[in-house]
Amino acid sequence: MNTMLKKMTRRELLATTGFLTLTFAMPSNLFGQQAPEALGIAGGPGLPHDMKNNPMLSSWLRINSDGTVTLLIGKVEFGQGNRTAIGQVCAEELDVDFSRLQIIAGDTKLCPDEGVTSGSTSMPDGATAVQHASAEVRGILLGLAAEKLGQPAETMKVKDGTVTAANGKTTTYWELVVGKALDVNATDKPILKDPATYTIEGTSVPRVDIPAKMTGGESFVQDMHPDGVVYGMVARPPNYRSKLTSIDTGPIEKMPGVIKVVRNGSFLGVIAKTKDEAMAASAALGTAGKWDVPNDMIGNAGIYDWLLKAPSNPNIIHDQKRADGAAPVKTIEATFQRPYVMHGSIGTSAAIAQLGADGVMTIHTHSQSVWQTAEAIAKMLKVDTDKVRCIHTQGSGCYGHNMADDAAADAALLATAVPGKTVKLQYTRAQEHQWEPYGSAMVIKVKAGVDGDGNVLDWETDVWSTSHATRPGGHPGNLLSARYLDPPFEQPTPKDISGPNYGAGRNAIPLYDFPGQTVTTHFVSEMPIRVSSTRSLGAYANVFALESFIDELAHDAKVDPLEYRLRFLKDDRARAVLTKAADLFGWSNYERKPNQGRGIAFARYKNYAALTAVAIEVRVTPRSGRVQVLRASVADDSGQAVNPNGIANQMEGAVIQSLSWTLKEEVRFSDSAILSADWASYPIITFQEVPNIDVAVINQPGMPFLGTGEAGQGPTAAAVTNAIFDAAGVRLRTLPLTPDRVKTAMAVKKG
Amino acid sequence: MLNFQLNGQDVTADAPDDATLLWVLTDDLKQHGLKFGCGLSQCGACDVMIDAEVVRSCQTKASSAGGRSVTTLSGLMENGKASKLQQAFIDEQAAQCGYCLSGMIMTAQALIDRNPKPTEADVRAALNGNLCRCGTHTRIIRAVLRATE
Repeated sequence: MNTMLKKMTRRELLATTGFLTLTFAMPSNLFGQQAPEALGIAGGPGLPHDMKNNPMLSSWLRINSDGTVTLLIGKVEFGQGNRTAIGQVCAEELDVDFSRLQIIAGDTKLCPDEGVTSGSTSMPDGATAVQHASAEVRGILLGLAAEKLGQPAETMKVKDGTVTAANGKTTTYWELVVGKALDVNATDKPILKDPATYTIEGTSVPRVDIPAKMTGGESFVQDMHPDGVVYGMVARPPNYRSKLTSIDTGPIEKMPGVIKVVRNGSFLGVIAKTKDEAMAASAALGTAGKWDVPNDMIGNAGIYDWLLKAPSNPNIIHDQKRADGAAPVKTIEATFQRPYVMHGSIGTSAAIAQLGADGVMTIHTHSQSVWQTAEAIAKMLKVDTDKVRCIHTQGSGCYGHNMADDAAADAALLATAVPGKTVKLQYTRAQEHQWEPYGSAMVIKVKAGVDGDGNVLDWETDVWSTSHATRPGGHPGNLLSARYLDPPFEQPTPKDISGPNYGAGRNAIPLYDFPGQTVTTHFVSEMPIRVSSTRSLGAYANVFALESFIDELAHDAKVDPLEYRLRFLKDDRARAVLTKAADLFGWSNYERKPNQGRGIAFARYKNYAALTAVAIEVRVTPRSGRVQVLRASVADDSGQAVNPNGIANQMEGAVIQSLSWTLKEEVRFSDSAILSADWASYPIITFQEVPNIDVAVINQPGMPFLGTGEAGQGPTAAAVTNAIFDAAGVRLRTLPLTPDRVKTAMAVKKG
Repeated sequence: MLNFQLNGQDVTADAPDDATLLWVLTDDLKQHGLKFGCGLSQCGACDVMIDAEVVRSCQTKASSAGGRSVTTLSGLMENGKASKLQQAFIDEQAAQCGYCLSGMIMTAQALIDRNPKPTEADVRAALNGNLCRCGTHTRIIRAVLRATE
């Protein structure tokens, strides 16, 4: 992985990795198929999403004469296992052993731009593109083999790159490419393998990145120690809207090891010879300045009232009128509240940057959006976009838009001040905790009109939320430090992500077959504290609200909550995951014990992606209000399961992280500062609080990849809330479900 | 100058006495099997062993390693191969991002050294001060139990 600042160009990559280059350049009659569109323009309508802007097969694959295959991808690894799973899809479709693959991901110079690695799209977008490209390349290689062996391509069989014709003659991919340089068109009609013949997809190939991580190998940008590296740190303002009025940096410039102090507007940074020296100098820098500090933040206690009153933009995202006019016999309503939560990466964000003699800023970053972040950084530095190269290098898990991009920008700002030097930057824990863009607070009101049998006739959801999307997106104002430069880059006013299933409204539309449905989002563009994309965006809180409320309706109707859901759930795959989770849990023969209870919940992520059901058992200690999660059973249908163990791993992680959010987490802030500054003031779940989890992965051979990573967040929150209701008889609607809240609710119920 | 044993080899680090052990090990001695997580002894990502004791290297002065034996994650390897415990983590695929794992494995190794047959409750208690954000806890527990079967 140590490609540190070695300026490999696309041409060098080609030169070092082989002969067969497949480029989208000249029309070819090889298979009599036409290019989807003219030269160099995005591919045809039949191409997978991520190929539309990257139609050249050579931008995805190289077949090397040394018997290896280079796979280039734009979707990046941050612990979700996509590198291995996408590699499996390539190996499967190309018919080569998985071990032949070399995978290069997220280098803005070398890889196809696949946008942001987010939204659980690595498989549906990334793997689908790779499947398509690999199948096309296989077809081209079989054409070459047919020519060489004088046998029809249709009769060829391939095993690990060795092609055998019906007459027994053989050749290999590696022989076929020697001396060949092909210009062929991508098509939108690859011949895909029959899923029944898969030998690599559907198997749990061990993750390629794990052995180094277990044995002390170099794995993360935080692990990199290039020769001559120097250490950069920033000093943040006292709070978001503070302005630096004066500072004497002289004493700090004289501190041991300090190479340079950087001041630009209210941005402060330092570069020193060692990390200890950089930390000491940045701490001194943090207290040396005089600041204008406005103390006008609203504080976390008032956030829900503020959200309901703030100027918002009501948008009816779903409106389904009920035909039949019978009036409901009863209307039930409830309000659910979700606080700000943190991404809370265990490793603070880091980056390594160097301004080369050629004027190119090269940045090793764990950004999820290397292309758009490179563009934003270029604009911040006022240089052309091609003067910033981002190379994705793994970091600590991020779970959305954390400070990865900010670290890349800060490293670049500091590297600009010391041209030629390699600057490594990693934030302190407080810098990460207090300045990251949190998952947005939300209020969700749900209302249902029901008939005499408890059937829902009319359903309404209203969602209030600030933004879930302030990623760099090519705009410097979305990079934290850029807002403090002189002159500052203003942060663009955020917009809700359009479409009914994207930002604030994600999963706010019930999938149950209720005749009348109205769903409205109230998007608040103002941001009292910094927010952005956090695993599942609005879906976590919306599913928490909807699936808690369904439970309330089932209880009101005196119907088992599983049975009640199945009554209104028509989709077979949805019914199958719910039933599977219930079976795994032992729902039908559940044995009641004092203070224990069970809950279940279901969602189809984004209403079109992975289908997930979670069943949970808890014990509630009445005296303390403490909730102990005893076990969880999960069923997930992510479509064609490429790596079942990987899916299970993601689901286990989703359940545990969601339990942590749901039971423990809330970003606290006063009128002047973020108070959640470390793991003591923002506790997360620990080993003694984590339940054992069973996961059933439902494979759907040949069906589209649906992605997995975010699907478990919402169902887990509702399942545990429903289990607390079952155990203690109290319905909690404000997160997190702390012992105090549980105890108070139990006291109120007792009267 | 600071002299100590690192993973069985004598090493010398050109670092002041008050240097932080974490940065001496990573930046000067190019060790990758320990990470900066919090700098506050709260998360365990920087755990290493000095002699038989697990320490949080982010809050340990390098001078306290002087003349002693420091073991990092790569030092657990046996003849260039993953140790039994490391292999159990690989076999259980007990990682998502893996950033916390060097600390997890060092802490688990210390547990096994003093208690070769830990129960699940023992493992949970021993690792309770090590934070994982990806939610790999149950796999980590399984890996430790697998290594001690």
